[in-house]
Amino acid sequence: MAEHPLPGGTTAAKPSGAPAPDGGRRSSLADMGKEAGLAAFVALMLALPMGGFKTTEAVTGLSLTFRPLFVLAAVAFVFVGRIVLIVVRERRGVPRGDGGPGLMDRIARGASQGSTTIGIVILAIAIVMPFMPFSSRYLIDTATTVLIYVMLGWGLNIVVGLAGLLDLGYVAFYAVGAYSYALLSTEFGFSFWICLPLAGMFAALAGVLLGFPVLRLRGDYLAIVTLGFGEIIRLILLNWYEVTNGPDGISRIPRPTFLGLEFTRRPVEGIPAFHQYFDIPYSGQHRVIFLYFLILGLALLTNLFTQRIRKLPVGRGWEALREDEIACRSLGINPTNTKLTAFGLGALFGGFAGAFFATRQGFISPESFTFIESAIILAIVVLGGMGSQLGVVLAATLLIVLPELGRELAQYRMLVFGAAMVGIMVWRPRGLLAHREPTVLLHGRGRGAT
Amino acid sequence: MTQAASDNSVLLTVEHMTMRFGGIVAIDDLSFEARKGEITAIIGPNGAGKTTVFNCLTGFYKPTVGRIALHHPSGMMLLERMEGFRIAHRGGVARTFQNIRLFGRMTVLENLIVAQHNALMRASAFTVAGLLGLPRYRRAERRAVDKARDWLDKVQLLDFADWEAGNLPYGAQRKLEIARCMCNDPLLLCLDEPAAGLNLRESAELNEMLRSIRDEQGIGLLLIEHDMNVVMGISDHIVVLDYGRKIADGTPTEVRHDPAVIRAYLGEDEEGDLPPMVSDTMEVQPEGTDDNAGTA
Amino acid sequence: MAYFTQQLINGLTLGSIYGLIAIGYTLVYGIIGMINFAHGEIYMLGAFIAIITFLLLGLAGVTFVPLVLLLVLILSMLFTAVYGWTLERMAYRPLRGAPRLAPLISAIGMSIFLQNYVQILQGARVKPIQPVLTGGMVLAETDGFAVTLSYLQLIIIVLTVVLMVAFSLLIGKTKLGRAQRACEQDRAMAALVGVNVDKTIALTFVMGAALAAVAGVMVTLYWGVIDFFIGFLAGLKAFTAAVLGGIGSLPGAMLGGILIGLIEAFWSSYFSVEYKDVASFSILVLVLIFMPYGLLGRPEIEKV
Repeated sequence: MAEHPLPGGTTAAKPSGAPAPDGGRRSSLADMGKEAGLAAFVALMLALPMGGFKTTEAVTGLSLTFRPLFVLAAVAFVFVGRIVLIVVRERRGVPRGDGGPGLMDRIARGASQGSTTIGIVILAIAIVMPFMPFSSRYLIDTATTVLIYVMLGWGLNIVVGLAGLLDLGYVAFYAVGAYSYALLSTEFGFSFWICLPLAGMFAALAGVLLGFPVLRLRGDYLAIVTLGFGEIIRLILLNWYEVTNGPDGISRIPRPTFLGLEFTRRPVEGIPAFHQYFDIPYSGQHRVIFLYFLILGLALLTNLFTQRIRKLPVGRGWEALREDEIACRSLGINPTNTKLTAFGLGALFGGFAGAFFATRQGFISPESFTFIESAIILAIVVLGGMGSQLGVVLAATLLIVLPELGRELAQYRMLVFGAAMVGIMVWRPRGLLAHREPTVLLHGRGRGAT
Repeated sequence: MTQAASDNSVLLTVEHMTMRFGGIVAIDDLSFEARKGEITAIIGPNGAGKTTVFNCLTGFYKPTVGRIALHHPSGMMLLERMEGFRIAHRGGVARTFQNIRLFGRMTVLENLIVAQHNALMRASAFTVAGLLGLPRYRRAERRAVDKARDWLDKVQLLDFADWEAGNLPYGAQRKLEIARCMCNDPLLLCLDEPAAGLNLRESAELNEMLRSIRDEQGIGLLLIEHDMNVVMGISDHIVVLDYGRKIADGTPTEVRHDPAVIRAYLGEDEEGDLPPMVSDTMEVQPEGTDDNAGTA
Repeated sequence: MAYFTQQLINGLTLGSIYGLIAIGYTLVYGIIGMINFAHGEIYMLGAFIAIITFLLLGLAGVTFVPLVLLLVLILSMLFTAVYGWTLERMAYRPLRGAPRLAPLISAIGMSIFLQNYVQILQGARVKPIQPVLTGGMVLAETDGFAVTLSYLQLIIIVLTVVLMVAFSLLIGKTKLGRAQRACEQDRAMAALVGVNVDKTIALTFVMGAALAAVAGVMVTLYWGVIDFFIGFLAGLKAFTAAVLGGIGSLPGAMLGGILIGLIEAFWSSYFSVEYKDVASFSILVLVLIFMPYGLLGRPEIEKV
């Protein structure tokens, strides 16, 4: 750190922290020890106050417990980890990221080119899953949750992945959809199939109204403004008692019906319930399976829509805007309108997902629509690979299923989550499965113009 | 086509344009004209305000004072009052950039199709027809691809059509940027240092291409260039700027013999006692004469 | 009038705290052009480290209040600065030159990570602390309403002014400050003329974190309770302050902080407490839309 930078600006690229080995020369044991020692010292400084002492609330106020083992473990871990890192890096000989297309790039390309096949296989599994002997209510419920996030991820992917607009308040549209659905169905008694499109439209309207003034802003300012909007909407939901019932939320939201047939054991007089109409024994699972297929359908709709629109001028316009807004303007593309369509359509799908969420839960409150929810959806898009449809499925499944596997893991879920966001950005700044398939080819695999 | 080329009516009139940034006057009371079927070059030392002129013409900046009139077939347009994307869309003014601006992660072909955005938007009935997959949109897209193919052929990039634009070599990126402008059906094509960073052979090809665009398409070309060989070789009309002011305006022969231009460009050779401002303009000369790539 | 003056004092105190956090945003934005989204978390860490050092000093038997305050301040600044340094080193430095959204996403990830890190290490419950410094002076008394300036408020305001002056001098007069301004203008050029860019950026994070730690100490003393979530709101408000003042400008950050503090104090006392955060966020949105260069910032000319 102390040496003078070389002229020619090479310092910026050099992995710093200690004198770097020049041209692949092995660093001596002493150097290695020094570097690892430095890292261990930093670890000590980090761990000592925050981990070494635990504050516990007691009747008399706060008390402290000393945890020397924790500090020791952290320091040792960092020391050893640093040495391993140095050795591995020198063995490989090249600094990170300079080795041409790596394994992950090839996987990403493969997944992207084979996405139709992979997609069909996944879809087939998704369709038969509820009828398999191992299937259970718990499994279908979890799969439904995964699908909600897949749908939200696909919706946000339009905004972030395709149009390159970082939206940190996506949950606002999810909330608008959910509350529109809840209010329309409880106050006016509209059925699910009327409320669903209305909820989506309200969310899209909110997207356009919010988007219009802010979409001129540069990328990071836009991110913060959308975050602000997300919080404003949540705070309004929380405080506007007369309409939203505040923190108590809205309960007894009507469940969806199958072409007017309800999923209840004892329906109201005159209208037969689902099991009566089809003359099968009543089972609580029917509704669960129905909801599962409902969200599967909605998610597929989102996916097909995105796949199609990506190959239309507006979709290409989004991607062009992501690449270079100034060039877009010089080609006569109206940046505001183009961004607005992305924002509005993203919000539309967020609204659909919100409506589904409301009808599935039967109860909603502002608690379900915090910033962390936006962050999770964003993480799904980013981790999967911005713009990659398959990546979203992968990331949503991982993020929802992993904590379900071990309940003890649940408290570490968000910790791992944040670390993964950082790690994946550092490792692959464009996301895990980031490989872009061209929307049209001149020579390549057939002329895929439509 | 020959008929179009013989039409040399005035396409663009810039009158008394001044652009100030805070206290700095980047362009000072500039007036000039550009004609259809002609190549008009704007030259001048570094910092003379050439790119600022382009930015004003294409709506990225609004000039502090002045009028920019485009004589469009559908009527006269005052560009200083229009938003940038409208100038490109309605006015048909296309431009390239000094530091190339391609859609790097999209393919070469996609770059050229994005350039036809507005036409395709209409054909897709603002996405509705496209979503439904109506034949009218599919036909329009096929036409767009054909047009892109024609231009790729003209700039000899046909084999690279499915490459990511960002992976093209430098010279090819320059050519692609021009082809992208042409797919936008411009009336006036503004090129910001198209020869920068090209080697001699590429530079000669570029000259050929610009001439053929002028002669075959009959549009107006506006060119910023440092390289005097390029400028003198292909321009029909040259405007010389120095410190934001126009110091000469005329045919290459006239400009070459203009004493003010000689002073601004060659002052060092002729006079022992340099005015301080000329000294830094001299940096331009060597850059123009050697074919050292990568100066951009 | 008395009520008004009291709110003015409260607002100034709050504003000083926001201002100190805002400086961290502004310095970092100035030098690498990114929003350090995790900066609010650094402030939260500062508050936790402050509470832990308080307790430790109590156990060690140090009771002389000025000494306690000084030690807590120094230790919190030191330990928090290490967090700031590590943050830059691990989450941002590898991403220089990456696509522009990558560092912001990395910052959000870091923010989530740090929140949960503290929640796991220290528990999710609110941490209360016994008041260290009590008392104050009555400035005026009308209609039975006393305008008081507590000693703590006085310390907060005075300390903020002192730090502000010190940091302005640091950036205006020292070699480090010159290196920072050079990096701000053109990083590649700064490296060419011998500025150690990595070191300069790292030091900027260290400075920002140290100031956030001061804010953390103050908030711990002032409110008497903290939890792992305080960084989110305070961070957003401080960011608003930085933008309002003109991001990249040091006096701007302070001015913005004080304005936000005042607005919040007056809004809560004259309008509604429930909507006080809505007011802050609305200001954020309005400022970004209508005056993205803030009060003291310089407009950027779009480079084409």
